[in-house]
Amino acid sequence: MTFKLTRRDLLAGAAATAGMSALPFGMGRARAAPSGILRVIPHASLTILDPVATTGYIVRNHGYLIYDTLFAQDANLEVKPQMASGVEISDDNLTYRISLRDGLAWHDGSPVTAEDCALSLIRWGQVDGMGRRLFSYMESCTHDGTDTIVLKLKNPYGLVLQSIGKLSTNVPFMMPKRMAEKPTSERLTAEEQMGSGPFRFVASEFRPGARVVYERNPDYVPRDEPASNAAGGKVVHLEGVEWINFPDPNTQLNALMTGEVDYWEQVPADLAPIVAGMPGVQIANFNPLGNMGMARFNSLVGASANPGVRKAIVRALDQTALLQAAVGSPDYYKECYSVFPCDTTFANDADASFIQEPDLEEAKRLLAESGYDGEPFVVLATTDIPVQTNYIQVIVDTMRRMGINVDAQAMDWATVLQRRASKNPIEDGGWNMFVTWWEGADLLDPVVQFAMSAAGETAWVGWAEDQVIEGLRTEFAEAGSLDDQKEIARQIQSRFFEQNFHAVLGQFFTPTGYRDNVSGILEAPPFFWNIQKS
Amino acid sequence: MPLLVLQRLVSTIPVLLVVAVVVFLMLRVSGDPAAIIAGDTATSAQIEAVRQAFGFDRPIWEQFLAWIGQVLQGDLGESLFTGLPVTTLIAQRIEPTLMLALTTIVFSVLVAVPLGVLAAWRSGTWIDRAVMVFAVLGFSVPVFVLGYGFMYVFSIELRLLPVQGYTSPFEDFGAFAQGIILPTLTLSCIYVALIARITRASVLETLNEDYIRTARAKGQVERTVLFRHALRNAAVPIVTVIGLGVALLIGGVVVTESVFNIPGLGRLVVDAITRRDYPIIQGLILFFALIYVVLNLMIDLAYTMLDPRIRY
Repeated sequence: MTFKLTRRDLLAGAAATAGMSALPFGMGRARAAPSGILRVIPHASLTILDPVATTGYIVRNHGYLIYDTLFAQDANLEVKPQMASGVEISDDNLTYRISLRDGLAWHDGSPVTAEDCALSLIRWGQVDGMGRRLFSYMESCTHDGTDTIVLKLKNPYGLVLQSIGKLSTNVPFMMPKRMAEKPTSERLTAEEQMGSGPFRFVASEFRPGARVVYERNPDYVPRDEPASNAAGGKVVHLEGVEWINFPDPNTQLNALMTGEVDYWEQVPADLAPIVAGMPGVQIANFNPLGNMGMARFNSLVGASANPGVRKAIVRALDQTALLQAAVGSPDYYKECYSVFPCDTTFANDADASFIQEPDLEEAKRLLAESGYDGEPFVVLATTDIPVQTNYIQVIVDTMRRMGINVDAQAMDWATVLQRRASKNPIEDGGWNMFVTWWEGADLLDPVVQFAMSAAGETAWVGWAEDQVIEGLRTEFAEAGSLDDQKEIARQIQSRFFEQNFHAVLGQFFTPTGYRDNVSGILEAPPFFWNIQKS
Repeated sequence: MPLLVLQRLVSTIPVLLVVAVVVFLMLRVSGDPAAIIAGDTATSAQIEAVRQAFGFDRPIWEQFLAWIGQVLQGDLGESLFTGLPVTTLIAQRIEPTLMLALTTIVFSVLVAVPLGVLAAWRSGTWIDRAVMVFAVLGFSVPVFVLGYGFMYVFSIELRLLPVQGYTSPFEDFGAFAQGIILPTLTLSCIYVALIARITRASVLETLNEDYIRTARAKGQVERTVLFRHALRNAAVPIVTVIGLGVALLIGGVVVTESVFNIPGLGRLVVDAITRRDYPIIQGLILFFALIYVVLNLMIDLAYTMLDPRIRY
């Protein structure tokens, strides 16, 4: 038996291939995203649905779609009324009467009441760092009638509106009473999701880890002002938004290239040049605040409990080298030698030379002076988040060159989250350092910046404790003028560079890729009102 | 036969129990997910509150008994993160995995069995060598390389098929067909290689049997000799491989599901592991174990139909 491949066979094969485009079920073209629906690749999977009880940025972004806020920050980071029509502040600065604007309704059509909002604030004030601080000044948070929220303070507090208008996690989203009364330790389910925001959550389409569907809320009444960041009129031009979770960046890239998705929220830095060269695709950075890398020390146990060791390590770290390794292209990173994001109100240069001019020899001297005796220094080394992994490799190498006995323990991020909650000694599974990052919006001032808390037990993991910093944070919150606040921010930075509860690893940016037919994208966190798809 | 089925079904109980105990203990050894659920800015007190709310502070044996009690009532628990029942999540995700497994195994059998028979029949010729080269390649090339290769050719260059996604055939068969072709091709390569090799070896062995020579001596046509006599008598190892292939496919499509963004069970279990969503991990592993046991039983029953000499 023999096989022959004839010219006729070849022609038949070619015809069959061409014929794929004519098959009755429409094969022959890649599936383009339907018009009116914005198909989005979000940066993470949405699983938890309570944006008040948890801090994940993906949950915050979900919150902005379906919930609304009393106040919001615009692109200049100024706080503007959103659900509120205005606020009356008493002469002694102890009473805030916030009135709701007309036409506010939950997605089931029932009106938004001041009671709903007061309860929502109380719920948020139990979990958010800035909220907890605000509520420590609060005498009562109640309502007067159906449209006025009344906040009574024990002492004047300068950040009331900044707190309830904060941009990033945990955002004080307003919820109906039945949701606002639910303890934060209990879950909000998919069926319960109901806000008063510009989009509605489609619970029946929710596939955790795969797909989340939002539809336009036709009853939403936007403000008259133009949209600006989280503030202004939230005018929706889309029929809906569909988040599709992709586990693989190469497939994400290909799907954007073929038009199967419209919007890729966070393009990895290594793929950004490819996206930039794609026909029909744009790439831009919509988050000018970017992210700030951070190496957090455990201030409770082992060598990292010694301020001298922490100071020596921070003295040795070279931001440029770290950013080159972690991010790569200088288009997407910026050295930033302040504990606040650069080019924002409270960024300053107080004692910045300490980290701006890394000095390995001086670091070795500082380490010797600290009394470090060679005990193991455990680094929780993330392996599944490339930016963190690359940061860690440079940090570990630097520390080893200083003479530190580094035990870099490789693990996935979920394990880091588990391990870092432990206060155990090193020999019982304790740790000395992990690396993470925060969005710039979470670090804008010393109060909103939870990582700056030095309140020991109630501080962020690492449990920093310093009465001076905590005293300055309180002074900042009670300061009467912006100039006073700026001066206090400088003092906080100086003190911080003595204590070094974490190392600042520079600022980096994650651009967004989107198809040519998408316009009207606002600055981050990603907002989906104002966007048009032609 | 019914007694055999009953015996085998009863024997699955200790197997599943062992699986349940091992999975439960292995997960608990790695700590609990209270810190992950509580969020990034949670204080120690808040993490502890979550630990108590979800019962992670209870002794392990107590947690196990509570879970196994649920399982015995058909309740695999709820996701720690979404609050959705694990059975609901499995129901949401099983269709894409089953469809991919089905198309893969059907395509693989349709291609591999004739290839294997052909290679055996023309043993030692260039056809045999070509089939074996393909089989080696099919085994050797990683699934993701094949996937990206097919994607590049058919989706990026030719724009014939979509890059990603899954549509139910019950909603839109055309979209389903478009989406399933590349994942099926990708995943099939290894199974075509495997089944073709086994078929070749098995058929080659039977072709040397006396009854084949007798059949040929009686003047039967070659097709009848090959498919009625040789293939049928070579079927037992082939069916074994196909059956095990189906079982492996159910839980082993993770890479293909990831490359082509198919929201199936493979991705569900990987996502659950990265989040430490214990009820989903436990429930899915039990589910996979059950499928494996049932498929093995079905393979055993198929033997009796293919070979009358086999009796249990």
